[in-house]
Parts: sequence; C-alpha cells; structure tokens
Amino acid sequence: MRHVYLDHNATTPVLPEVLEAMLPYQREAFGNPSSVHHYGRRARVAVDDARDAVAEVLGAPASSVIFSSGGTEANNTIIKGVAQARREHGRHLITSQIEHPAVLDACAALERQGYEVTYVPVDEHGLVDPQAVRDSLTDQTILVSIMAANNEIGTLQPIAEIARLVRERGILMHTDAVQAFGKVPLAVDDLGVDFLSFSGHKLYAPKGIGGWYERSPAVLQPLLHGGHQERGRRSGTENVPGIAALGKACAIATGDMEAERKRQRQLQQRLEHGIRERIGEIRIQGEEAPRLPSTTNVAFAGAEGEALMMSLDLQGVAISTGSACSSGSLEPSHVLRAMRVPKPYLHGALRFSLGRATTADDVDCVLDILPNIVAQARGV
Amino acid sequence: MQYSDAVHEHFDNPRNIGVIEHPDGAAEVSNPACGDIMHLTLRIVDARITEAKFKTMGCPAAIAAGSVTTELLIGRSADEPLTLTRAEVNEALGGLSPQKVHTSALAEDAVKAAVRDYHRRRAG
Repeated sequence: MRHVYLDHNATTPVLPEVLEAMLPYQREAFGNPSSVHHYGRRARVAVDDARDAVAEVLGAPASSVIFSSGGTEANNTIIKGVAQARREHGRHLITSQIEHPAVLDACAALERQGYEVTYVPVDEHGLVDPQAVRDSLTDQTILVSIMAANNEIGTLQPIAEIARLVRERGILMHTDAVQAFGKVPLAVDDLGVDFLSFSGHKLYAPKGIGGWYERSPAVLQPLLHGGHQERGRRSGTENVPGIAALGKACAIATGDMEAERKRQRQLQQRLEHGIRERIGEIRIQGEEAPRLPSTTNVAFAGAEGEALMMSLDLQGVAISTGSACSSGSLEPSHVLRAMRVPKPYLHGALRFSLGRATTADDVDCVLDILPNIVAQARGV
Repeated sequence: MQYSDAVHEHFDNPRNIGVIEHPDGAAEVSNPACGDIMHLTLRIVDARITEAKFKTMGCPAAIAAGSVTTELLIGRSADEPLTLTRAEVNEALGGLSPQKVHTSALAEDAVKAAVRDYHRRRAG
C-alpha cells in the first residue's frame, strides 16, 4: 500500500540534512554552551550560528531571537510575560477567535487572574478585520496577539496592517507564526510586530525546539528563571542539538522558500481542482482568502470528518480532521464556527497539509481514493 | 482519539447498513452537540426483532455503535421495557472513551424510538 503523509501542519519529518546537522551535538560535541572549555565553546558556536540562521528568516538581528522548547512555550512566555510586565499600564489584551489553543488558553489563564481579553471575530473567509482590532483597542490594552497563518485552514492574516494600527497607539503586537515560519516571507520589520513565535517541528526540525523574536528593548517577564541562558529571557541549558537542527532547517527554508512555495501552490491547486471535479457538495474553507500554499481544509456535506479520516488512514493516507471532535470535544472546530461555516460543512471537514516531500503522485493517489470514501461515508 | 479494536472492526466492516423498506418500526435521532444522526429501521415478526438496519452521519464511534446495536437487536423481543441499554452497547465496543460514550446513548435513543414507533403503529 502506498503511504501518503498530508498532515504537515501537525508535524513534519526531520529532513536528513537537518538530522545530520544535529547529530554531532548528541555525540562528541555534547558540551554545555555555558562552559568555558573547548567542549562548551563548540556548542556555543553551534547555538550562535543557528541564531543567525533563524534571524535571517525573520530579517532580524540575531540578538532578538530567543530559543525555547517550542511554540507553546513561546506563546505562553510572550502573552503572560507581557501581561505581567505591563500590568501597571493596563489589563486588557486582544486576540482573535481562531487562534491556536496555546494562545487562547494562555489568554484564558490571564482572564482567571483578572485580565480582560477581547476575542475579535473573523469574517466568513476566516480573516480578522484590522478595523475590528482597532475598534477594540482601549487605553488599558497592553498586547494584541493575532496569528500569522491559521493552523486549520491556512488563512494568512493581515498582520502588517493590524500591527500598524496597534503600534500607532503604542501598544505591543505579537504574532503566533508557528505555521507560517519558513513557508512565507516573515520579515519582522515589514510586519511591524514586537513579538513573533515559531516552532521547529513544523519546519522539518525535531520536536522540542522553537522560540520567539522580540523587538528590542523588549518588555517581558520571563516564564522560566534560572541560569540566565538566552539573556535571562529563557533560563535552562540550551537544547543544542535541537537548536543546531532548527538553524539548518531555517537555512534550507531561506534557500528555496519562493520555489517551494510555488511548487506547493501548484500541488494545492491540483488537489483542490481535483476534489471539486470529482466530488459534489464540498466547501473549501477560506477559499477566497490568501492562504498558505500547504493547507487545504475541505468539508464534504453529509459525511463526518473523523470517519473520512479513518477510512483514508486505512488506505494509507494520513490527514487530520478540521473538527475538534477527534481531540475530545463534541463541538465542531472553533475556527469553522468563528467563520460561521454553514451547518452541512461543519462536521465533515478534512485538513490536507502538504510538505516538502509531497509530490503530484501523492495528490493523485488521494484524488483516486477520496471519491469512493466520501460516497461510502455519505451512504452509511 | 484512540479507539478499541472492536470499534475499528465495526467501523471497517459495518453490519446491517441501510434502510428496511416498509419497516415495522423506524426512528431518526440526533445529537445536536456533535451533529451525529442515527437512522434505524426494524423488521418485527411476532414481537421479535428479525431484522435491523442503520444509517449514521457520525464519527467512527457512532458508526460502530450503530453497527453493533443492529447485531445486538436481532433476535430480541420488541416488548417494552426494552432490554438493550447504552451500557451494553458500550461494553460490546470494548468501552468507549468519555468523549465518545455519547454515541452509545444515541444508539439507545434510536432503539427506544424505533420500538416506540412499532408499538404506536400497532396501536394505530
């Protein structure tokens, strides 16, 4: 059976070159970057080089890049850290209804501590309206956090426009760029953001590494205190192999971002046209909006997403559902609900997310299998 | 979401899918929270269920619950009170997770409603 992996928004395989780049730091170059001897110095060089490679993706100075355990830690540090540092200035934050749980739940934790959070809606295409953000700003607002690309439907939010309106008022702007990082241009000065979070395992580096960008001088209370690593922003001995891997993954992404983006865009069109030609009563979520070339969320009326996902899995195709039912909640996806997706298209959503290894043959394989699976599910 | 082998087995090879023409009892029930719908038709001869068919618009657990319910029903008495319970469906599926146990309740609701429909038809 042919195996096709189309769940790159969940996680990506570690590229062979990336694995090679990290292995020395698991083996002979195992030193602690804080050590002064040559073991330590070699590890320090690896961390510095990787920081340069990450900084290049963001068009930022290397000193503005902080490594962490991943996107969740980055989002939590920024949201809670700014709230803590700025609590004398105000206790109001703004985010959107379609954020990742790492943002929504961090905000909810702040609400329990007495902060106020506004969750701005999105339109039917899954886009945040910058004016809605501006209208929500108050003299108590200390941070606005809007994701760069949505993980379920791939919509690219108008971050630059939002950031301009937010920073005009002297308010800090964060973007969770975990899904966009290394896939679309993300120069922090073009975006105008003060903070940006990223993750390694969405970009062919291993799990357990990520980090954030912070514009200097950053106002942030650290989440982790300890050995003053990462300039005191994030204590804890550096994950040197992970950092080296992320650096390599960033260098690869910088090298061919435009070509890879075009290639995936063509595959995405092949997939979406193919589904539309073969299967009736479908809805591609956020179709009209600018989207990541890697992400297609499509719903099939009269079929349930998790059943489709499991049937595809039986035939070797790995994807995920757009519905949160699979993650243990009865409710349909908070993203699709926020978009006010019509009811027939709320429970049968599938997320196909393409990656570097995806080929036209993979897409055609899915297009061969899918019509029967949908017909079966509709017939049950 | 991890499922038991029994759920996988019923999902991969669901039993008794479809609709019985001119049924003796029929019902369609739904769970508005998750959008699951179950349609059940019964053939009842001499107060005994001889045939049961289901259709589900729902997750794998709901499909497996529909499938196993039809299997459990065939051969049983259609007299009330009904003997089939959600606990029995749940047990036959190897124990559903707390998030999915509602699918066995949906199956029980469908059976109750279809049997009620049968008695109503007889009375009418």
